[in-house]
Amino acid sequence: MTATATSARSELSELGRSETALRTFLHGLPGVDQVGAEQRAAQLGTRSIKTTAKAQAIDLAIRMVDLTTLEGADTPGKVRALAAKALRPDPADPSCPHVGAVCVYPAMVPYVAEVLRGSGVHLASVATAFPSGQAPLEIKLADVRAAVAAGADEIDMVINRGAFLAGRYKEVYDEIVATKSACGDAHLKVILETGELATYDNVRRASWLAMLAGGDFIKTSTGKVPVAATLPVTLVMLEAVRDFRAATGRQVGVKPAGGIKTTKDAIKYLVMVNETVGADWLDPDWFRFGASSLLNDLLMQRTKLTTGVYSGPDYFTLD
Amino acid sequence: MFEYAPAPESRSVVDIKPSYGLFVNGEFVDPTDGGTFKSINPASEEVLAEVAEAGPQDVDRAVRAAREAYEKVWGPMPGRDRAKYLYRIARIIQERSRELAVLESLDNGKPIKESRDVDLPLVAAHFFYYAGWADKLPYAGFGPNPQPLGVAAQVIPWNFPLLMLAWKIAPALAAGNTVVLKPAETTPLTALVFAEICQQADLPAGVVNIVTGAGDTGRALVEHGGVDKVAFTGSTEVGRAIARAVAGTRKKLTLELGGKAANIVFDDAPIDQAVEGIVNGIFFNQGHVCCAGSRLLIQESVADRVLESLKRRMAQLRVGDPLDKNTDIGAINSAAQLERIRELSDAGSAEGAERWSPACELPERGFWFAPTIFTGVTQAHRIAREEIFGPVLSVLTFRTPAEAVEKANNTPYGLSAGIWTDKGSRILWMADRLRAGVVWANTFNKFDPTSPFGGYKESGYGREGGRHGLEGYLNV
Repeated sequence: MTATATSARSELSELGRSETALRTFLHGLPGVDQVGAEQRAAQLGTRSIKTTAKAQAIDLAIRMVDLTTLEGADTPGKVRALAAKALRPDPADPSCPHVGAVCVYPAMVPYVAEVLRGSGVHLASVATAFPSGQAPLEIKLADVRAAVAAGADEIDMVINRGAFLAGRYKEVYDEIVATKSACGDAHLKVILETGELATYDNVRRASWLAMLAGGDFIKTSTGKVPVAATLPVTLVMLEAVRDFRAATGRQVGVKPAGGIKTTKDAIKYLVMVNETVGADWLDPDWFRFGASSLLNDLLMQRTKLTTGVYSGPDYFTLD
Repeated sequence: MFEYAPAPESRSVVDIKPSYGLFVNGEFVDPTDGGTFKSINPASEEVLAEVAEAGPQDVDRAVRAAREAYEKVWGPMPGRDRAKYLYRIARIIQERSRELAVLESLDNGKPIKESRDVDLPLVAAHFFYYAGWADKLPYAGFGPNPQPLGVAAQVIPWNFPLLMLAWKIAPALAAGNTVVLKPAETTPLTALVFAEICQQADLPAGVVNIVTGAGDTGRALVEHGGVDKVAFTGSTEVGRAIARAVAGTRKKLTLELGGKAANIVFDDAPIDQAVEGIVNGIFFNQGHVCCAGSRLLIQESVADRVLESLKRRMAQLRVGDPLDKNTDIGAINSAAQLERIRELSDAGSAEGAERWSPACELPERGFWFAPTIFTGVTQAHRIAREEIFGPVLSVLTFRTPAEAVEKANNTPYGLSAGIWTDKGSRILWMADRLRAGVVWANTFNKFDPTSPFGGYKESGYGREGGRHGLEGYLNV
């Protein structure tokens, strides 16, 4: 880290002390032109990724999947099966890598932990009154502590969108700081719920707010509102982590979640990472896909590339 | 690292003939008094085809064919019937767009993603748009019964071969004129396939005539006494010569010439999108764009930040095989153009501007030039005044909006300009004061057939596109 980055970092760390300072800083960030951002995202989507590049992208995407189930109907049996799939996504092919993490509700963490222990697959738990975040702070923090105690090493929190949209940035900031401290050693992913933030300017501000408050990852969505991850939203977030590292020297990860279902979609995201922030982020430590059905499409395309033929869905496991 | 594997578009969709004649009176004919020349692929220097060079007699034959078609068929034809032909041409262009895109990239050197996603959709859109006007001319605002001019002589450049053809031919035919068109000598092939499309559409013989050749052919065409209208897109130097040749005749003239557009970035601009706009403004089509944003004016307070982002972005540009779907910057169109870009860039260095290009490997054969920016440029530098017509950007700074306007207007040209700011009122204030035919706000190089395009000052006169584009082809 350079001397200027160090001093910038210490200046930025002061911002959270005052509502005015935070507001001045966040509203001083360059704006995002909606048309331009969407056009850039669409352009990147036209890259043609074939043969060796496609094979490389598919394996990388598999390693980046946060295999997720967040249903009221989740049971120990269901999440154990999901964890087993995370370890060996393609039982027929031992060369297939395992996924990045399994992502479940706090109550399901102990069952997943039994399966994943020592495997290198991370265990993520949503917390902080996911998905709305509309609960008293103490309850949200207790949620986090319980998940960590049960074995989660990554916590996916939701920000307080009500406070953010009302302009109470310090309240949002303080909640993230408190959650980060409740996490202990666990990595904190901050869900911005970009579908509720509505504008790209808000996405950029929320991204910076989450990073300033200590988030290790910024994540687009809960998957529980109609608009989940999109390419332009992810572009704006990638630009934010790029600029944040340039200013402070600290690298923050990005996780688009919800609505990414096909290999083609996943490759568009990887191209965007490659051409926006570069190779440093092309790693499961710094980029993840929050998804469930994506994995099977990746496996089908992977099998197609190695065998030359498409297999039917019955050749891939359900969970 | 994530390396993209080669993703070449297939050449097999194109069937290039070994040689092409002139398209006169509905058929391909051999030249009577001209010779032949070769069209090459600028990315490999491979010869693509041998093309006829029209001499004065050939030009005369083409003009006579156009005259006859105008008097007997096309002029008297009701607008609704002319429209049917134009719609038919537009649909065939769409159907054959992949073939035309590949051929355009082969002959011109532009990346396939641009010929596929920009040129060809716009070509078809132009024909569709003007087809719609053909039976509505009384409602175009040029009087109750506007009449065509007659035979139009049209000379087009090599930077957007098929698109410039569409800009010329579509409004001319919609208004009831017949045409003799001369494509540029380095890029004649898509115009010749267009001639085939005219045959395929059963367009009456003589309505469209294509005479290939270089400067002499063009001169014979615009100076021909049987021509009623001259339309030219190209360099200001040639435009001047044409204006002189046409002066004192009955011929109506429109010129679309050079440019040295200012792309102006204010300190409140959306920086990431502005950087995309700067890249698109100067590196689109290798900078072979008359309205390219070749002068970047940045407000001093954000200059370092914008330049840092711009350099980082330029390092991502992929230069190489125009047929690879992931190529961003293709080949320079000709050895002569490459020489001119080199000469002006060397002048930039010699005059003290600081030159920068990203690390990029250029192919050995063919004509290539790495994307380049010059910083520390002043208004006095040649690279700030002369049109380079290549992937070379001159960067200047300004302090106030008034200074930005002053610098932007301080050029003999006036084709286009770009403004980047979050402040709507400033966009309007600037647009009122910029002497440029097109002013883009928070975007650049956006084209649409409904929007008129043309210049101030030495960038030419007359407008192409939109309702305004009909005026140049009507007796008003």
